[in-house]
Amino acid sequence: MSYLGDVAALARKDLLLELRAKETVPAMLLFVLSTLTIFHFALPRGTGHVAALGLLWIALVFTALLGLTRAFVPEREQGLMDALILAPADRSAIWLAKVLAVLAFLGLAELVALPAFAVFFSGVDGRTVAAVALADVGICAVGTLTGAMAVSSRARELILPLLFLPMAIPVVVGGVGASAGAGGRFLAFLGLYDAVFGLLAWASFEYVVAET
Amino acid sequence: MVTARNLSKRFGEKRVFDRVEISLDRDEFLLVTGPNGSGKTTLLRVLAGLAAPTGGELELPPREVVGYLGHEPLVYRELTPLENLHLFGRLYRLPERGERIGMLLERFALWDVRHERVSTFSRGMQQRLGLCRVLLHDPQLLVLDEPFNALDVRGAELLDETLVDLRGRAVVVATHDPGRVERLATQRLAFA
Repeated sequence: MSYLGDVAALARKDLLLELRAKETVPAMLLFVLSTLTIFHFALPRGTGHVAALGLLWIALVFTALLGLTRAFVPEREQGLMDALILAPADRSAIWLAKVLAVLAFLGLAELVALPAFAVFFSGVDGRTVAAVALADVGICAVGTLTGAMAVSSRARELILPLLFLPMAIPVVVGGVGASAGAGGRFLAFLGLYDAVFGLLAWASFEYVVAET
Repeated sequence: MVTARNLSKRFGEKRVFDRVEISLDRDEFLLVTGPNGSGKTTLLRVLAGLAAPTGGELELPPREVVGYLGHEPLVYRELTPLENLHLFGRLYRLPERGERIGMLLERFALWDVRHERVSTFSRGMQQRLGLCRVLLHDPQLLVLDEPFNALDVRGAELLDETLVDLRGRAVVVATHDPGRVERLATQRLAFA
């Protein structure tokens, strides 16, 4: 219970910081809406539903990247990672809380993005929503770990996309596959990705934040 | 409490410090002096357990009894003092932390602003809150890097009184202005 209490306290802190600073979610909303609008006008008339779904996934991955870029900003700007890792709480709680916070921000962006996609292109079915939910978990798990790796680096804005995007390729493959028709198999693939990479990220976070 | 034998730290080819020997027990006060860039901060990060030494042997107490103040106060600027201290109190598993938080905020003259965001504070007030965070879990080893930085006269006096009161604990202070704590030092380490 102590562990979950730590996670809850840290996640609450991240949500409170965003509620007050309002820096991440508005940027993500603006980005995803702008991207979908651009895609709407860029795609030729009569473009198929599957092609549009592919663009939806591109928009979601890059919106998540925007959120992940900001995930560790308070800790980086104020050197707070030192204070957090010195506390006797399990360090993976920092990662899990950050995952939950980014998941909440991404979920909010998608609450706007999916209806906007339905307006600009075509409706989204239950399979797509399930695929998006599963993909979000994997994206946030892996993205938060790579965000923590990048945060201590001088070229962090460059390093995060370089680390995160290759690892997000399976998520896009699974997401597009699930929403384009072959549902069950790709949803299972996304679930497996979440389990494997979630576990790896949870177990390795401690080593990522430890200075050598 | 802290034992370092032949301690060294390098970043690649760059030698930060070499052959440092420390034996610090309770009620002892190590004063680390030296100009900017001489390796004081790196040594303090090693002694706080935030960085690993490159060579030598180091024995440190468990991290739950270490209090570290770096160049930044290490508090969230968009939270209030109460929210900051309750968060860290939770992470340090402090039961009944409300009373201790209240006492520290009173001591460092921050009680009246306990509900205001830290971003509205002066640098000196933020530093005082950083000291509250460090002392919150009653650490047995205090590692303070330039703790008088940014403190106004009253803040510096409060810190002076606090350092005098820290009986039974081991304290490491790095400063380029040693006059302030010279009288408390039982050991000295000077970097060139």
